[in-house]
Amino acid sequence: MHEMGIAQELVRIALEALPRDLKDPRVASLNLRIGKLSSVVPHSLTFCFEIITKDTPLEHARLNIEMVPVVIRCDTCGRQWEAETPVFRCKDCEHGQVRLISGREIDIDSLTLLD
Amino acid sequence: MEIKIRKNILEKNLTEAEKNRRYFREKNLFVLNMMSSPGSGKTQTLCRTLEQLMPDIQVGVIVGDICTTNDADRLAETGAKVTQINTDQFGGDCHLSAPMIDTAARKLGCDDLDLLIVENIGNLVCPAEFDIGENARVVVLSVTEGEDKPLKYPLMFQVSDAAILNKVDLLPYLDFDAPLAVENMKKVHPGMPVFELSAKTGQGFDPWLTWLRQQL
Repeated sequence: MHEMGIAQELVRIALEALPRDLKDPRVASLNLRIGKLSSVVPHSLTFCFEIITKDTPLEHARLNIEMVPVVIRCDTCGRQWEAETPVFRCKDCEHGQVRLISGREIDIDSLTLLD
Repeated sequence: MEIKIRKNILEKNLTEAEKNRRYFREKNLFVLNMMSSPGSGKTQTLCRTLEQLMPDIQVGVIVGDICTTNDADRLAETGAKVTQINTDQFGGDCHLSAPMIDTAARKLGCDDLDLLIVENIGNLVCPAEFDIGENARVVVLSVTEGEDKPLKYPLMFQVSDAAILNKVDLLPYLDFDAPLAVENMKKVHPGMPVFELSAKTGQGFDPWLTWLRQQL
């Protein structure tokens, strides 16, 4: 997916989160949670991020990306499992009502300042 | 020092999508987001759908393409109100986003519409990530694509409320395994209704129209 647009939004959110009273804040890392079912490719996001953060407080900040597994829950029988393949049908009750518990995240959890 | 943020990186689009949702609710309008890969027959499916639904149901269409107004021109021949978004003015975006839909819907004029259909840009990847404020999503796959497309693009098939398998009039000339394609869709999204039809000949179109009318 077009990680440049996502990187731009990430930079906007991170810059907004910086305390305004800090003189010359430097960011060590951004901690992200990216779901395995989302269309974000981590190394593309990192590449775009590096390009657009030159000469900003985010320059040289590391992107710590936690890949979130796809977890499905069957509301019909209560079974919950981590899906390794894109087969989301419940093994126990074929026509069960399934729901995605996690796997679509494109989140920024926190940032860490350089001490 | 760690600063907690806990935000969705696409929050700006989500906020705009919710604004759209409120606006469409005020107008008593049902909004359908139609997605697919390029060439699966979205426009032809829409043309036939418009011809069958109107004038009983007043339908407006927002069409998204990177360039040209070809699809909007074709759809306008049905008599429906149509407006085209060309994303090349935005840098060639490969999906429609909520702010674009807001602008287009206001340009189209929603006061006398019952149904608004958004024909998204032909792309099985990105449109699935971008909420535009719709009530329902439909994905169109055609028999000239692979049976395993649902497994290759699980997010698109997971987020859609219904699927259309188009161009079934070509089945006698292809090795395409339609039951396998439908099975793959149901593996990714159990219980999703699938409509096997031909937008060209009209074969199998009635169940799709019935489903659509039931949503309104």
